[in-house]
Amino acid sequence: MTTTETRTDRRTRHTSGTRHRRAALWFLLPFAVPFVAFYVLPVVYAFAQSLQRISRGGGSYGKATSVWAGLFQYDRALHDPDFVASLVRVAWFSLIQIPVMLLVALVLALLLDTQTARLRRFHRLAIFVPYAIPGVIAALMWAYLYDPRLSPLTQAMSTIGLDPDFLSPSHILWSIANVVTWTYAGYNMVVMYAALQAIPTELYEAAAVDGAGELRIALQIKVPLIKPALVLTAVFSIIGTLQLFTEPQVLRTITTSITSTYTPNMAAFNAASANDYSYAAALSLILAAVSFVFSFGLLRRTTRGEQA
Amino acid sequence: MNAPEHARRQEGTTSRFVTPAAVNVVLLIATLYFLLPVFWLLVASTKSRTDLVSSFGFWFANPQLIENLRALFAEQDHVFVQWMLNSVIYSGGGALLGTVLSATAGYALAVYAFRGRELVFGLILGSVLVPATALALPTFLLFAQLGLTNSYWSVLLPSIVSPFGVYLCRVYTTAAVPRELIEAARVDGAGELRIFLTIASRLISPALVTVFLFQFVGIWNNFYLPLIMLQDDRLYPVTLGLFSWQSQLSRDPQLLILIVVGSMVSVVPLIMTFLSLQRYWRAGLSAGSVRA
Repeated sequence: MTTTETRTDRRTRHTSGTRHRRAALWFLLPFAVPFVAFYVLPVVYAFAQSLQRISRGGGSYGKATSVWAGLFQYDRALHDPDFVASLVRVAWFSLIQIPVMLLVALVLALLLDTQTARLRRFHRLAIFVPYAIPGVIAALMWAYLYDPRLSPLTQAMSTIGLDPDFLSPSHILWSIANVVTWTYAGYNMVVMYAALQAIPTELYEAAAVDGAGELRIALQIKVPLIKPALVLTAVFSIIGTLQLFTEPQVLRTITTSITSTYTPNMAAFNAASANDYSYAAALSLILAAVSFVFSFGLLRRTTRGEQA
Repeated sequence: MNAPEHARRQEGTTSRFVTPAAVNVVLLIATLYFLLPVFWLLVASTKSRTDLVSSFGFWFANPQLIENLRALFAEQDHVFVQWMLNSVIYSGGGALLGTVLSATAGYALAVYAFRGRELVFGLILGSVLVPATALALPTFLLFAQLGLTNSYWSVLLPSIVSPFGVYLCRVYTTAAVPRELIEAARVDGAGELRIFLTIASRLISPALVTVFLFQFVGIWNNFYLPLIMLQDDRLYPVTLGLFSWQSQLSRDPQLLILIVVGSMVSVVPLIMTFLSLQRYWRAGLSAGSVRA
């Protein structure tokens, strides 16, 4: 922006520089204060808290005091089989659910971008509707559709000889994956569709004239061109699934297949509920760090690939 | 997209796999998958408790929606009305304040050149990668220390910060507010605040609607933050309220129909708002995809 300025502009700016700096400060301050208070300070405080532990003088009913513990809570987390299991579980979940969801979203976006699709507007809205539904409500709806006592799904499936148990320990993770996919596939589809709409048609007119089919145009021209949108949806999906909480927490009310430490976030919540605040702080910081590293890493890798 | 572009696209020959029939069948199946649970909710909310269990789930049986609604609103001294009202306070208040803060911060980052500007902007962008749920527990620990939990403020205050909103407002200000206009206003003697209030805020108003909408929905859908902050059920937003009923379901099976009707009532206004304001959320989504 500064490069386009004329010489006179620069002179007026020089004389009024202090005034502008002060104005910038006043405009930024209303955001900066709550940003520091609710984004930066909590992390700093949680970090300080995570370096402590409760020590009781004179037996387990003695007076509780916080004492310096170094990395004790982090060491404890990495040796806590429940927490480690929750991390592994969420990693599995991400590896399967994210590609499936993004593939569904991509296929639908590409289909809606073809000429042959009818009722395009209606389909687009219908697919996007679940995103407007709060996670708790989505999980409740699916809970009733999974619950064999209520579900028209299990009823219908049993008439054709299938007897699915959506809530068994071996299936529940994928039942949760279905709820998450259902809620967010439409959102991702709209992001990809918006990117597809931004591609100038000239780019594939020539290919069409040369006789390339829709499938080839989609795979060789459209998909590579919307890579930034694909990266963006992948990053936000990773952040989202690592935080998995609402869906399993709601489904827990109708099945015993989900433990109180089923996901890392649930483990942290569980520790906080037990007033084990230092441990809860350590767990949520580990989780925040893992999700930051993964999403930032993916962003860095893919943007570097583009420059090369 | 406009019509001539469509016409030109038609020239692409359809391949063996992408036949018109296949395209439309796949789209229909997808739409069915995404709408069926919503349809189930609409149907279920009109049923009695016995019909909910015994009749076929995907069709109506002895509709009694009015009766169900009356029971919902009467339950526990109108607690559901209170929850809806709380959700409106949290979402409306948080999104309104958040939009104002995003607008001023985004404007400052777009218009004024000062040392450290890109650093500040980078910090704000980086924080988009730190999810709100990861911050909720640390915020709770801090608030507990200060004795601020279990109050309206404990949910409202952390919700007003929207790094994505700042990003969107900065990008939009750069594109929509001409520098010459600001310089001209300065020459005419207008103060910086007046320039922002009377000129810039009007030019960026479409972005402000988008920021408001996204934040409103984000706060409305938030579950983790109110769950850890609030103990008093009179302060619950509607999502947490319905969850608390669901948790009591095994003790009080009568709540089942209330949860179903309550879910329907809390979802319908949100879907309506979304559909009626769709050009604004689309603007936000495409801005997001440009960034990466």
